[in-house]
Amino acid sequence: MGRAAYIRRRLVLMAFVLFGVTVVIFGMVRILPGDPAFLILGDRATDQKAAELREQLGLNRPFLEQYWMFVSGFAHGDMGQSLLYRQPVGDLVLTRVPITLALSGYAMGLAAVITLIFGITAAVNKGRWPDQLIRIGFLFALTTPNFWFGILLILLFGLTLHWFPVAGFGETLPQHIWYLFLPALTLALQLSAVLIRNLRGQIIQTLRSDYVRTAHAKGLSERLVLLRHVLRNALLSTVTIFGLQFGFLVGGAIVIETVFALPGTGQLLITSITARDYPVVQAITVVSAVLVILVNLIVDLSYSFLDPRVTYE
Amino acid sequence: MSDLGARPLPEVAPFAPSTTTSAIRVRRLRLNSTLVTGLGLLGVVVLVAIAAPLLTPYDPIEQRFTEAFLPPFSPGHILGTDNFGRDIWSRIAYSTRLDLQIGLLSVLFPFIFGGLMGIATGYLGGKLDTFLMRIVDVLMAFPFLILVIAIMSILGPGLTNLYIAVGAVGWIPYARITRGETLATRHLEYVLAARTIGCSSGRIMIRHILPNVIAPALIYVFTGMVLAILTGATLSFLGLGPQPPTPEWGAMIAEGRQFLLLAWWMTTLPGLALLFVGVALSLIGDGLAENRGG
Repeated sequence: MGRAAYIRRRLVLMAFVLFGVTVVIFGMVRILPGDPAFLILGDRATDQKAAELREQLGLNRPFLEQYWMFVSGFAHGDMGQSLLYRQPVGDLVLTRVPITLALSGYAMGLAAVITLIFGITAAVNKGRWPDQLIRIGFLFALTTPNFWFGILLILLFGLTLHWFPVAGFGETLPQHIWYLFLPALTLALQLSAVLIRNLRGQIIQTLRSDYVRTAHAKGLSERLVLLRHVLRNALLSTVTIFGLQFGFLVGGAIVIETVFALPGTGQLLITSITARDYPVVQAITVVSAVLVILVNLIVDLSYSFLDPRVTYE
Repeated sequence: MSDLGARPLPEVAPFAPSTTTSAIRVRRLRLNSTLVTGLGLLGVVVLVAIAAPLLTPYDPIEQRFTEAFLPPFSPGHILGTDNFGRDIWSRIAYSTRLDLQIGLLSVLFPFIFGGLMGIATGYLGGKLDTFLMRIVDVLMAFPFLILVIAIMSILGPGLTNLYIAVGAVGWIPYARITRGETLATRHLEYVLAARTIGCSSGRIMIRHILPNVIAPALIYVFTGMVLAILTGATLSFLGLGPQPPTPEWGAMIAEGRQFLLLAWWMTTLPGLALLFVGVALSLIGDGLAENRGG
């Protein structure tokens, strides 16, 4: 299969997954026992109010028509009305997505730096104390609850040392970078824990390959071999995992936003759940899934461009 | 082909598809230092959970306002007290029961269901297999935590709903692991032999394939437990888990947040407990994986 056919296949699969995602979200509230109108309004709602809400949400129409309204609405950017804020869900969600994306992107950048530094250090010192220390450090990072770690950072660097602000995200770009540093670092540490393990393994494996031995035999410096020959190849699989972790990152961002009081999608999601603002919950779930699908597509495609050895069976 | 269903599982990377009989390897369980450390730490946690009433004289939910905000190492309260004057050590110790239960139960059903689904689809192949992998593709498109939160928002907060929400997505890794292993096993001689002598598909899957493909899934159970406990704590931190005054580490961290400067121990200590359990389980998982690798 050539690259074009592969990309076509990949897009068909993506379309299918998108369809599945909408079915899951649509079905979730409807397959459960009980009336969604009462689920949203609470048990003490009057029948009249419930009927109004059913009308507003289109719950009294046939199933397929409801699904069609749901999907075509999304395709047009019309995701319904928020029950709590009384404004279009689309506006509400889309103004908050950039904050979540900025936080995730920032965390990915920090994670890349951390992974490179510690991954290389661990690999070249395989089995010696720096390797052991990094391994133990990141075993802890992997099992640390991120919301707790974020609170500890606030306590230490925000409230005690006053180096960083503890809430909000500033107004100018340098302020954004400064304000978002602690939340991004919280997310980055956990992400790098997964990545460092992988990069370390890949570097060690690559160091054993023939072409590296040849490079050494040619008399190239240790540094040059590592950067030009080993790292370029070792990074390929780490980059893939990097992309696959995007969903995990977005999930983490949701929690970290509530810890650092950032007005992103996470905070909106939590408020909406407490207020039973179901259209908003639905929209955020779909938008986050779409983001993950897109990032995975980009990673898969870029991977096939980055590594000429990749074949498309 | 690198479609969504065939993606490598990051955490499971060390397990190469084994063609030798993994059941025999498990019987020859070797104890390495990682495994022993993990088992030791987990032993401590289990002991605390069982003996919680013996380890502390206080009721974890009894409020004594005269003793609020006592710092750690106060007389009678080794880890201090919270805003309601409740003993932190008691709350942490009793919460151990709840969090271990969350870890066990949210993994048990997904492990059984996912494991069996993986074997069935891997062995039988065909439409069932395609169908399952497409479901996996769709579910994996959601960020795990967001899907769990969305499910919880419909079901409502509480422990049972937590198991349902985590379980609805939690079976996927097990299905993918046993499916991969089964695909590697189904053409081996002993399976062919069993088929030749007329064993039914069901018998082959349960008696011949299952014992040989279950080990990697069992190793993943420990990673899954860490994930489940962290997810449970996160949900209860967000107010979607067990409701107050039930002691739970995530909820305790959330309660302590309002008193961060006044009583740092209210947030710090429950987090350390979570970390302790997480490290213990991860070490066991790593130790078992080392066993298989080496």
